Amino acid sequence: MRRLSWFNTVSLTLGFAFLYIPMIILVIYSFNAGKLVTVWTGFSTKWYGELFQNEAFLNAAWVTLKVAVISSTFATVLGTMAAYVMVRGGRFYGRTLFSGMIYAPLVMPEVITGLSLLLLFIAIGLDRGTLTIVLAHTTFSMCYVSVVVSSRLVTFDRSLEEAALDLGCTPFDAFKSVTLPIIAPAVISGWLLAFTLSLDDLVIASFTSGPSSTTLPIKIFSAVRLGVSPEINALSSIMIGIVAFGVITTSLMSKRAITRRQAEENKAVQ
Amino acid sequence: MAETAPISADFAPWEAPDAKPIIQFKNVTKRFGDFTAIDDLTIDIFPQEFFSLLGPSGCGKTTMMRMLAGFESPTEGTILLDGQDIAPVPPNKRAVNMMFQSYALFPHLSVSDNIAFGLKRDGLSKDKIADRVEEMLKLVQLSQFASRKPHQISGGQRQRVALARSLAKAPKLLLLDEPLGALDKKLRQETQFELMDIQEKTGTTFVIVTHDQEEAMTVSSRVAVMDHGKIIQVATPQQIYEEPNSVYVADFIGDVNIIRGTAKRADGDHVHITFAADHAPLIAATKRDIAEGSEVALAIRPEKIAISTEKPEDRNNAIQGKVLDIAYLGNISTYHVELPGGAVVKAQTANTRRVHRRSFTWDDSVWLSWTDTAGAVLVE
Repeated sequence: MRRLSWFNTVSLTLGFAFLYIPMIILVIYSFNAGKLVTVWTGFSTKWYGELFQNEAFLNAAWVTLKVAVISSTFATVLGTMAAYVMVRGGRFYGRTLFSGMIYAPLVMPEVITGLSLLLLFIAIGLDRGTLTIVLAHTTFSMCYVSVVVSSRLVTFDRSLEEAALDLGCTPFDAFKSVTLPIIAPAVISGWLLAFTLSLDDLVIASFTSGPSSTTLPIKIFSAVRLGVSPEINALSSIMIGIVAFGVITTSLMSKRAITRRQAEENKAVQ
Repeated sequence: MAETAPISADFAPWEAPDAKPIIQFKNVTKRFGDFTAIDDLTIDIFPQEFFSLLGPSGCGKTTMMRMLAGFESPTEGTILLDGQDIAPVPPNKRAVNMMFQSYALFPHLSVSDNIAFGLKRDGLSKDKIADRVEEMLKLVQLSQFASRKPHQISGGQRQRVALARSLAKAPKLLLLDEPLGALDKKLRQETQFELMDIQEKTGTTFVIVTHDQEEAMTVSSRVAVMDHGKIIQVATPQQIYEEPNSVYVADFIGDVNIIRGTAKRADGDHVHITFAADHAPLIAATKRDIAEGSEVALAIRPEKIAISTEKPEDRNNAIQGKVLDIAYLGNISTYHVELPGGAVVKAQTANTRRVHRRSFTWDDSVWLSWTDTAGAVLVE
């Protein structure tokens, strides 16, 4: 291993301090015994205990999870279909316009997306609740999925699909048994992206949620307005833990898959 | 491997008047926007042929193949397979299989699953599929690699898997798109013989696309030399090499000397070609009807030109020149000789002696000679 120069060490330290000190402080204070967030009075895990007693938080967590799973699944199906047509559909009339329009929601301010969805739901008389949040989240996260999937499809060797057709597959069969298994990693990362986007969305959810369906970010935000309680710290720490676990496992898994594949390729050449 | 001659000497259905072609292109034209990839092309290909489409990139050979596979449809004209118009038949319903240039093996499936892929679509029973896969693996000698994934085998093995997969469904017609392009030279030569052997064993009609003239010469029963969407000449490899019908074909296949001049009818099958004012005309035999005084090109292969220090008496054509350059290739040497008019002609001799004992060197005056039947007289 190479030693870093002092300049690189300082840059690295500064950068990471900037990124992680706020989170570290949050985690530390979640173990604070006292009720005041900024005064350390001793170590305790009681806020974690209280969190699991708090019906409102648990309810919100359940709604959030439900919304995230359902909306990211819908978004993945729609986003993959859209990406497939954009990359594979050839040069049909209005293609450039359509592919531009698929990506537009990426740069659209969330407030506007939220507001327009709210207006739509009112106009068609849909009562706001879990369903409307799912619809809203599907809408804004499908374009992220389609970006991820289409970047994979662009590099996909088209002759694989042609080979499948040549061997007797119908176009749908070829997609199902050749294209989909090969682009599966991109589809899964699209799903994960949609899932995390849905998990931490506050703005769009607050426009489209109803009284019976509060998501966790909304709940935290409204709780904080009444003053930050250590309970929130505990909740946030758990969320950080879950996300960190997910990120670390997926990166380890993909790294292991790459090393294994390289080893197999070396074996094959011998 | 090559003990069975892949094409028996008398296999020439294109000369038999009653032979039924398996493929017929009838005035086929294919345009992509303004670009004409195939230009009013008509050709018959017969069962059990090993037919090569040869030409530079962009000559339309791949487009022809993709039209046979069903990935492109002709703009004009019809393509018949066994007498039936295939335009309305989608690729998955054609009794035609293709081996792709990139091999297009399914990376997520094992070698045997790749081979079984097409058979499963036919709804065969499990046992039948397993038997057929086994048979195919044996044919390409890959039985011990059945459970490997494509990325776990070498390039040459992948090529054989691709071949086995495309042959598994026993197609009437197998299309091969630059099948050996990704292999190194030695492996390519070995594989050419394997291909011929497999073609012989299965009796399938092969249509192969290649830009490698040596490959086309080695494997084919007939070669179609293409340029700009047209077939310039269709003939056996020998005819293409010995009797090219144009300067383009002569130049495309192998090394050739082109000597341009004016033709003058001589006795019977012979013409006299005047190529330089101060030199006696060259004598060449030709069956073509050459108009008096027309501009012609005499195409002679370098190995048909002899090089000597003395003027040979037994050959109709002899010209004195000066050795400009010698290319030593190990088994043969190519001499670049400057003729009186300034033209440079290549002559090739086998190096049967050690190099330091050869009889001429740079700047030597030498005689080049060839017979009247050595070259082909071409009209442009």
